[in-house]
Amino acid sequence: MRSTPTAPAGTPAPPAAAPTGAAQPGAAQPGAPAAAPTAGAAPGPRRAYRDLDGQIVGGVASGLAAHLAVPVLWVRIAFIVSAVLGGAGIAFYAGLWVFLPAGSQFESAAPGIESATRGGRRPGRIRRLGDIGPVMALGALGIGLVFAAESVFGQGALIWPIAIGVAGVALLWRQADEAQRERWLDATGRVDPARVVLGDGGWASYCRIAAGLGLMVTALVLLALRGGSWSLARDVTIAVILGIGGIAIVVGPWIYRLTTELADERSERVRTQERADVAAHLHDSVLQTLALIQKSPADAVRLARAQERDLRSWLFDGDTTNDTTIAGALRAMAAEVEDHWGVMVDVVAVGDCDLTETLRPAVAAAREAVTNAAKHAGVPRVDVYAEVTAGAVDVFVRDRGAGFDPDATPEDRMGVRGSIIDRMQRHGGTAEIRSAPGDGTEVRLHLARDKEEA
Amino acid sequence: MSVKVVVVDDHGMFRRGVMAELAASGAGVVDVVGEAEDVDTAVSTIASAAPDVVLLDVHLPGGGGVEVMRRGAPGADTRYLALSVSDAAEDVIGTIRGGARGYVTKTITGPELVDAITRVSEGDAVFSPRLAGFVLDAFAGSIDVADVDEDLDRLTEREREVMRLIARGYSYKEVAKELFISIKTVETHMSSVLRKLQLSSRHELTRWASDRRLL
Repeated sequence: MRSTPTAPAGTPAPPAAAPTGAAQPGAAQPGAPAAAPTAGAAPGPRRAYRDLDGQIVGGVASGLAAHLAVPVLWVRIAFIVSAVLGGAGIAFYAGLWVFLPAGSQFESAAPGIESATRGGRRPGRIRRLGDIGPVMALGALGIGLVFAAESVFGQGALIWPIAIGVAGVALLWRQADEAQRERWLDATGRVDPARVVLGDGGWASYCRIAAGLGLMVTALVLLALRGGSWSLARDVTIAVILGIGGIAIVVGPWIYRLTTELADERSERVRTQERADVAAHLHDSVLQTLALIQKSPADAVRLARAQERDLRSWLFDGDTTNDTTIAGALRAMAAEVEDHWGVMVDVVAVGDCDLTETLRPAVAAAREAVTNAAKHAGVPRVDVYAEVTAGAVDVFVRDRGAGFDPDATPEDRMGVRGSIIDRMQRHGGTAEIRSAPGDGTEVRLHLARDKEEA
Repeated sequence: MSVKVVVVDDHGMFRRGVMAELAASGAGVVDVVGEAEDVDTAVSTIASAAPDVVLLDVHLPGGGGVEVMRRGAPGADTRYLALSVSDAAEDVIGTIRGGARGYVTKTITGPELVDAITRVSEGDAVFSPRLAGFVLDAFAGSIDVADVDEDLDRLTEREREVMRLIARGYSYKEVAKELFISIKTVETHMSSVLRKLQLSSRHELTRWASDRRLL
């Protein structure tokens, strides 16, 4: 009984996860902290999941590694050692594969993006053939195990048919596993029998199914051949296939109905919850805003702009506006100025880092610059560009408004000199103001980051 | 000679609005020759109307705007300008990598849109500050753009400079003035940035070059 499920232990761990590795911190890297895919913030007991991102076979080892907070390589070695010593590892692995729920299959993107994905209005996930290496390693290992078993138990024991049969079952199981629950549903949310079997379709799943069935039939034939002649083998094979077919016909519709009802109930529940969430959000945002606009039409543009910003960040995410990072702080600052002065402040940030005390002056100076632009430039739009590199933070605030002559500004005007130039210089940075009447203004702020935080 | 445009968006109301806006601010410059509401109708409309520029919604029934560009008449001289309410990085970068020559959000004003359409129709790329920021981010590795080839991955120093200025809100003309180069050079830099974004491997680069009879 040496067969494929053991094999994950054999290949050195991380490469299989490479395609997604950059995006998902966590289980794929040995020694990474225990970042259980979904358990993170959820209350209640910590649960183990199979890790579908770092998987080589079923993702059991990497999921277990994340759960136990040990390097995934150890888990894989443990599996292969216990598999070689008597096969307990295989049984354990197979059992966990069946019983552990798949983790991180509900990737949560921003609502707008998710909705568009569900409605088929975004391109689907692109699958890459990055996994050929591990598959070949698995194959080699499986064949090696069979040879090893033959040398131990003697030539021609039951090994080959059983090994082939198990490989077939494993292939079919893996196919069914890949076609995980919600992928069974077609666009309208009904269970689609074809999708249950084929998953997302494509030649890979057809190949897997064909190979799995072929392997099982081969195993049957081989097993029957051991009893005697070809004709007997053929009869036995046909009888078994007919038997399986009969059972499928009897049980199939019942299972189908069961899964349909299950899926209906489940999606109904999810839909209800989502509807409640959306309703709550719309009430808090759009409805309140509309009510305000009816009371004071003069503020319509400002309110609409604030609402758009809010809704956009809720729907399409990405942009945080909390004060913990410098980009977030700049966006929060821009939002405040927008609300207060009724101009549009467009923030583009490249790179990001934590907002430390040394960086606060840059944000404060940027706020002053944006406020100046909003007050004096007389244009509806201000651009803010921030670039965070390993060594420094640069912030540019630009408008295309009236402009002024920096040299002609009286000494007693404290806004520019005190709040921007002097402040930046006090904290070891520089500020440069380029402006000419009629040509708009650009304020350039530069601040070096601390070495230890870089 | 006016630029022939097809408007693709699944919201009929928005389509009407865009067409009215184009008629108002782009009279004589832009000529709407067709509209479509999903991937299938878009592909057939583009095939029959042979527009110069397609205004393409990113989120579209049938697989999104990227699917339209994938299936839309290969070899035809049609350019795509993405017009979307979403400014999520993955949508923007994904659409540009899918072959769009520019990306603008739906809050754009009529005259700006007309300007963007004419620029795209002339073969230039339209980069908004936000898009330039995403591009810089993507090349800096902050956004996970899968399988970008190492060699293509690097913007030249000049291209980076141009992108920075665009991200700071400069217009093409202002960029040219700032860097003491011609507008044409700025446009060349933008096009090569676009090319680097769309191609993910040397293999594709070769195909791209041979498609344009450069090899």
